[in-house]
Amino acid sequence: MFQNEIAISVQGLKKSYKNVPVLAGVDFEVKKGSIFALLGPNGTGKTTIVKILTTLLKQDSGNATVNGFSVLSKPDNVRQSISLTGQFVAVDEILTGKENLVMIAKLRHLKNTSQVADELLKRFGLTDAANRRVSTYSGGMRRRLDIAMSLVGNPQLIFLDEPTTGLDPEVRIEFWQILKELANGGTTVFLTTQYLDEAEQLADRIAILHEGRIIANGTLAELKKLFPPAKVEYIEKQPTLEEIFLAIIGKKEEN
Amino acid sequence: METTKNYFFMDMSVMLGRSMRHIFRSMDTIVTVTIMPIALMLLFVYVLGGAIQIGTDHYVNYLLPGILLIAIANSVGYTCYRLFNDVQRGIFERFHSMPIARSAALWGHVLTSLISNAISVTVVILVALLMGFRSSAGILSWFAVAGILMLFTLALTWIAAIAGLSAKSVDGAIAIAYPIHFLPLISSAFVPTKSMPSGVRAFAENQPVTSIVEAIRSLLSNQPVGNEIWVALAWCGGITLVAYIFAMRVYKKRT
Repeated sequence: MFQNEIAISVQGLKKSYKNVPVLAGVDFEVKKGSIFALLGPNGTGKTTIVKILTTLLKQDSGNATVNGFSVLSKPDNVRQSISLTGQFVAVDEILTGKENLVMIAKLRHLKNTSQVADELLKRFGLTDAANRRVSTYSGGMRRRLDIAMSLVGNPQLIFLDEPTTGLDPEVRIEFWQILKELANGGTTVFLTTQYLDEAEQLADRIAILHEGRIIANGTLAELKKLFPPAKVEYIEKQPTLEEIFLAIIGKKEEN
Repeated sequence: METTKNYFFMDMSVMLGRSMRHIFRSMDTIVTVTIMPIALMLLFVYVLGGAIQIGTDHYVNYLLPGILLIAIANSVGYTCYRLFNDVQRGIFERFHSMPIARSAALWGHVLTSLISNAISVTVVILVALLMGFRSSAGILSWFAVAGILMLFTLALTWIAAIAGLSAKSVDGAIAIAYPIHFLPLISSAFVPTKSMPSGVRAFAENQPVTSIVEAIRSLLSNQPVGNEIWVALAWCGGITLVAYIFAMRVYKKRT
């Protein structure tokens, strides 16, 4: 693989909080333009990895480079080319949707901040709500605005830390669509999740974090090979609650 | 290559614009910060003032410096609350993962506190003028008063910043305001300290509010200021410095 095709490269990353090791030597690489999912239960250090890669936290040892820049020695260069959508929806409730976007555009030192904001509002279906305060937005609208804010200035790499936690199923699927479009457009997407189906639906590569190390890393097909071959059994398939829910909602909207 | 330092003032003005909007869009902040001290001033002058013997011409002349400090003490509770929200909702994380100077976000809040206090103090003084407040102070004395009030605001704002950045809950963040509210009550803000029992009097005469109140009172009534002004400045400067160092330490640790 060529060096310039690598968006993120991590070697031997270690981090402890007050002598409690959280990361015990993490290694992985993320290819440019791909969707990479970091999978693991809560409290395994997914957020710690995101914080180190987005320059919010310093590692104890090991190397991490983002778009070719070391997060320790060139944090400013790293920040130029990334954006972060954290676990919490980081939008300003008192400002309007448009003001939120204009604020980020100004902080990214863009020109035509108003135009940039309008385009993103349109893309995320928020044009009608543009001049309403965010405190009046629904949960799904807030998350959409949150993502839109992350896309101001077209960063090459976006980090999403458990982006769909707390989203209703419809919004989640809509959200997956947005991420797929981004990756098709050449943006690298790094996402953490605790939902297996999310990683399965979205990711080009999946890494599983367990007890501070990556214990598996590969495409979905590769990961499936690690396990015993599937047995063929005939069982009656019950629809999941999610399928039922979506079917009912879908019918309602058709009517 | 653009560096974050070149944009420090631009970024800070974006931050300032943001938190000024917060202030003007939440009516309750404006009400508490400006109307509450005015109500207190009306109460003391027109209800209780008749029974208070202070030996000067008009009680409002005696009372105003203390009321101004109460107005400032009131408003920093909101600075605290807004900082707490920014930490809690991940808004600081978003800013810090962007190519902007780290301290710009914090300084935006501090500047907002200075500006909003300048506005509310001006309004309170205008109301006092309507109530019969008169000052023979010259322009230099007024500048000195403005300087002391600014330094007092900075001192309290940085204390509020420590609380807002380190609090674990909203209640904790707001609780900081209570002891600050108490200090003006046990000082020479409302009545001369010589009427107090000796223990209370010793406390009142040696706490910062009394020296600040006395210094402003002397300046406004065109009396020689003597030592009080230096004691007042030493208190304000000392508290500002210590609180600033601690606030910055917490800021780096928490965000």
